[in-house]
Amino acid sequence: MISMIMILNQKGDIMISRQYRDDVSRAGADSFRLQVVATKNTGTEAPVVRIENNSFLYTRHLNMFFVAVTRSNVNPALVFEYLYQLVRILKSYLGDEFDENAMRNNMTLIYELMDETMDFGYPQNCAVDVLKLYINLGSVKAQDEPEPSQLTSQITGAIDWRREGIRHKKNEVYIDVLESVNLLLSSTGAILRNEVTGAVQMNTKLTGMPECKFGLNDKLVIEKEGQRKPGVEIDDCTFHRCVRLGKFDADRTITFIPPDGEYELMKYRVTDNINLPFRIIPTIQEEQSLTKISINLKVIANFSDQLFATHVVIKIPVPKNTAKAKIKHSFGRAKYEPEQQAIVWRVKRFPGKAECHISADVDLMPTVRPKIWSRPPINCEFQVPMFTASGVHVRFLRVYDKSGYHTNRWVRYITKAGNYQIRI
Amino acid sequence: MAKGKDGGGGGNSNDSKYFTTQKKGEMHELRMELHATEKHVKVDAVKKVIASMTVGKDVSMLFTDVLNCVQTGNIELKKLVYLYLINYAKTQPELTLLAVNTFVKDSADANPLIRALAVRTMGCIRVDRITEYLCEPLGRALRDDDPYVRKTAAVCVAKLYDIAPELVAERGFLDTLHDLISDSNPSVVANAVAALSEIAESSGKDVMKVSAAVLQKLLAALNECTEWGQVFILDSLAKYTPADGREAEGIIERVTPRLQHANSAVVMSAVKVILSYMELMGSSNIRSDAIRSLTRKLAPPLVTLLNSEPEIQYVALRNINLIVQKRPHILENEIKVFFCKYNDPIYVKMEKLEIIIKLVSEKNIDQVLLELKEYSTEVDVDFVRKSVSAIGRCAVKLERAAERCIGVLLELIQTKVNYVVQESVIVIKDIFRRYPNRYESIIATLCDNLDTLDEPLAKASMIWIIGEYAERIDNADELLDTFLETFEEEDPAVQLQLLTATVKCFLKNPEDTQDMVQRVLDLATEESDNPDLRDRGFIYWRLLSTDPEAAKMVVLGDKPVIEDDTFRLDPGLLNVLIGQIATLSSVYHKPPEAFVVRRAAGISADDDEEDDDDENYEDGDTGEGDLLDMGGMNINDSRGATASVYETKSPMNKVCGAEKSNGIEVYAGFRQVNGTIRMEMQMNNISSPAEIQGLAIQLNKNSFGLSPTSQQISCNPPIAPGSSGIATVELVVTPNMLAPQSANQPASPQVQIAIKNMQTGTVFYFAVDFNLEALFSQDGTMERSVFIESWKSIDDRNELYGTVSDIPPENLDIDTVINKFKANNIFFIARRPVPNAEGQEVVYFFMRTITQMEFLAELTFKQGVTACKICLKTENSSYGLLAKQAIEYLLRDF
Repeated sequence: MISMIMILNQKGDIMISRQYRDDVSRAGADSFRLQVVATKNTGTEAPVVRIENNSFLYTRHLNMFFVAVTRSNVNPALVFEYLYQLVRILKSYLGDEFDENAMRNNMTLIYELMDETMDFGYPQNCAVDVLKLYINLGSVKAQDEPEPSQLTSQITGAIDWRREGIRHKKNEVYIDVLESVNLLLSSTGAILRNEVTGAVQMNTKLTGMPECKFGLNDKLVIEKEGQRKPGVEIDDCTFHRCVRLGKFDADRTITFIPPDGEYELMKYRVTDNINLPFRIIPTIQEEQSLTKISINLKVIANFSDQLFATHVVIKIPVPKNTAKAKIKHSFGRAKYEPEQQAIVWRVKRFPGKAECHISADVDLMPTVRPKIWSRPPINCEFQVPMFTASGVHVRFLRVYDKSGYHTNRWVRYITKAGNYQIRI
Repeated sequence: MAKGKDGGGGGNSNDSKYFTTQKKGEMHELRMELHATEKHVKVDAVKKVIASMTVGKDVSMLFTDVLNCVQTGNIELKKLVYLYLINYAKTQPELTLLAVNTFVKDSADANPLIRALAVRTMGCIRVDRITEYLCEPLGRALRDDDPYVRKTAAVCVAKLYDIAPELVAERGFLDTLHDLISDSNPSVVANAVAALSEIAESSGKDVMKVSAAVLQKLLAALNECTEWGQVFILDSLAKYTPADGREAEGIIERVTPRLQHANSAVVMSAVKVILSYMELMGSSNIRSDAIRSLTRKLAPPLVTLLNSEPEIQYVALRNINLIVQKRPHILENEIKVFFCKYNDPIYVKMEKLEIIIKLVSEKNIDQVLLELKEYSTEVDVDFVRKSVSAIGRCAVKLERAAERCIGVLLELIQTKVNYVVQESVIVIKDIFRRYPNRYESIIATLCDNLDTLDEPLAKASMIWIIGEYAERIDNADELLDTFLETFEEEDPAVQLQLLTATVKCFLKNPEDTQDMVQRVLDLATEESDNPDLRDRGFIYWRLLSTDPEAAKMVVLGDKPVIEDDTFRLDPGLLNVLIGQIATLSSVYHKPPEAFVVRRAAGISADDDEEDDDDENYEDGDTGEGDLLDMGGMNINDSRGATASVYETKSPMNKVCGAEKSNGIEVYAGFRQVNGTIRMEMQMNNISSPAEIQGLAIQLNKNSFGLSPTSQQISCNPPIAPGSSGIATVELVVTPNMLAPQSANQPASPQVQIAIKNMQTGTVFYFAVDFNLEALFSQDGTMERSVFIESWKSIDDRNELYGTVSDIPPENLDIDTVINKFKANNIFFIARRPVPNAEGQEVVYFFMRTITQMEFLAELTFKQGVTACKICLKTENSSYGLLAKQAIEYLLRDF
């Protein structure tokens, strides 16, 4: 199991180190600084390194390294998941952008957290809400600090993500369905890769220990219920640990007792029948003389005219030796940006069903040796609110509590571009 | 204290002030503060101490002062003091005892958090005296009413086992721990499972004892405990062997829902269980249906892992690499998900490429080629090269697609990007070897790019192509001629290829190339000091001059057709690694024994210095072996002067003649003296112009990782011409000197050495065969019971047999052999007469190398026969032969 957790700054100095086993010496740990941090290859080399029988597994937050050291044959996924959890916990205590200073200012708090979340190299309770009940450096020694025995049953309980006795004046649930659509088109227009990854983000403010049942228009469920409506074929999904996986495996219903506040209920992947929000048809011609390129691009917004896309950015690559570009376009702003080696076209608000053109004549500087242009892909960014590329929508969220209170629900959808690329 | 968020706010909340450097007298000041009566001053002082500790400053002198603060009701202060204690207890074991009272008191506190804290901390203090006091509270904690205390105590048993296994056994903690598997609280179950698994692994005993009832408990807890607990349980399930296919199927059914967990560690451990159990499900028709449906279920979660954070992607990809080798069907239709995204980190892209090549088939090759071509235009040089080489590997793998692959490579060559061209040439050579006489039409294009080649490997490949197809290249001789101009500056690989290619060219077209071949042979045999080149030159020369027809058959003979087996694992290793999915082993693609090193001896040595009691204790623990070992050393020491028969000695062989080294003859051999590996060299200065005084030595990478501690060797006294002297080089084993090994090949004993005579500046090369006994470790003892277990567990395939005959009669006495072997760190385990065979006796020996390879030997002697049968077992089969040779050598020649 894990022998030591270290947090290092950019230079590799140890800011925090907690030894869980004594089979790793400080000098051994220092070899990480010398052989990994010093080489500055941390972005390109594998995140699992072995130096003299010590294995180092690391991830980064800003410019800090979170490093686990071990001498045994650990489960590496477990180690990384713990490191991510640790970063998440620290974010929750110190703020999302916590930095070196924040770390130093709260050293004792961090030691306390590391002591509680891991024992002898085995991860223990990492639920932030519960941790905050008893690790708070005395600050919120508030009225509602529970009895120790109540606390311990909370920590070790089957439902360690929610404490008992939560009260809200208004019972509300916010559901955000966030999709990111990945597309890769070949220069002939063939789809090479097309996939939607979605996440259901929840913010629940519910009283008591409510039992929730959540439903999407999952094809398998809809078919089973014998409904005529079309469903979405979900390739795979993963769930927050509050969801009863056995139940889902048996009949695909999603049931759970929710954590209080914000969390990600599920993630899913869809690859069939995707509605691409934008169709882009490029024609790009290099002239024989290699001094001119003419670009023509047709962009069609392929969603309802009731909606509109925001933050649309389309980057059309041009060669390095571009001298100038004469651009004609109907709306938005477009210009040649040499540092990006691309013509960048920005549209703040792109209405649904709209179709528009952009064309450009690019003059190239003559070069001594004609260099072949590698023709990188056109890249798009956008956001389309109230639209899901996969067609997924929330059918219901039922909340059952003994007191039978009324719950308000709000659902939002948003689709944005992941890797949305068209090769030319 | 204010909450962390307002970091720089109130002066009190800012821990960074404790990091300010300590001036002189600061320690004194700290000490005063630690004794202050105001609580906040005290707390601040302890924080300063912890801060110093964090940055690596030694604050152990404040031990008593910090310890004084432990008597407090303030939990925050208590935790800080405990943190300090864990760090420094080892340096102050006597003083740590003073804290025992507090621990014991705290472990009975009304607050369960404090009870748990006390037990948790005590377990981390690795001082033997403390562990005695730990047993009482731990026993109580294991039966505590509060689950939080029980779950903490469960882990604590593993801690105690690590320090004092016999105490755990004595107190019956293992049974209590085992009872906790049936605890009502899932967190307690999870930690008990984790602790038992660890103890099982370190002790080699089956303490888990998974029965039908326990199995049900584990499966029930799986649904309820935390994500980490699920991982612990799944990992222990993976080690369990179900009784039959039906049970395996039943467990798999309960495990499959875990594939939907958001925590990737849970998913991967579930995959491991399913894959290991699938092996057991047999192959009847119904079963194969079940297997097919499982295969379908496994694919989506594996694909989903690729949408996680890059580190998890990396771990997943390394594992998928194994899975697609074992069960290619699982992901055969998913090749697209391994296509690289523009912004993937390089290490992810590299792993994806490997998997793409493994999944490529006639069905998807067109798509794959488009992708690879696309990657070949990216910016990262390593990635581009690997992509280009992947195209070649596709060609070698898929015969029908070879032509399309070559087409793409030719397009890439047209880009004229230097490294793309070079890499293309290298892989095209492989394609030519795979499909001889099929694609020579492209040679012309290759020849157009000769001047871009500047890397040895690319040059060598191109030269090979020219030589191989000399008859179809009109100006082959001219092309080679241009390379010959710079022959002497080329890399050895290029020189070797040039030599061979020129000879091939000559054999095909003797008229025009006579001069050229003569020139090359001269260059190789007379101008070069590279032994490989020279040897090859001489062989060609002799062949050509005695029998040109034979030369043709040798040089132009058919070559074996190559396959793409790059990075493919040997099936035995693959099976081992499949059982290791979701462990580091599966990331390194090495079995755990290859990198997990048990607690090193160095650590117990620290203990010895501190506490005499410890020392006795340690000796008692490691038992017989150590004592015997010391005995062996004593014999060595006392008789060393008279060159006792029991002393280790280097088998000196002539390794370098005077003609190669400008007049110095070298005899060399290896031996171990007091735990240090030495190479001993006898130097005869036959005709060196100067006295040999200083030498510099360098070793090539070798199968043992040997490298000299110092590159300088001084001969004292200097060796004058005509006389001889001894030089000794101390060697150490370092992993980065380890030459890459192929799994099934026997390791080469050869150690290549270069020596520079500092007086004359001559550099000469030679190779010495390493004798493995010099690598045997002094602490290579093994318990008899462990030996028997190991002997049984090693597969028969890893067995080596042999008979040593003509053993000198004095070496036939078993007692002599045992003593002799001991001096060479080969340890006696047991001896017994062979039943029903008069006068025969078997003796068992064990040896472990410094690099932690283990060898088990069985020697059979028969009275009146001057021979001995050897049977050797080892997991490190590639070194088995060398170990056997070492034994043979010692038997023959004491």
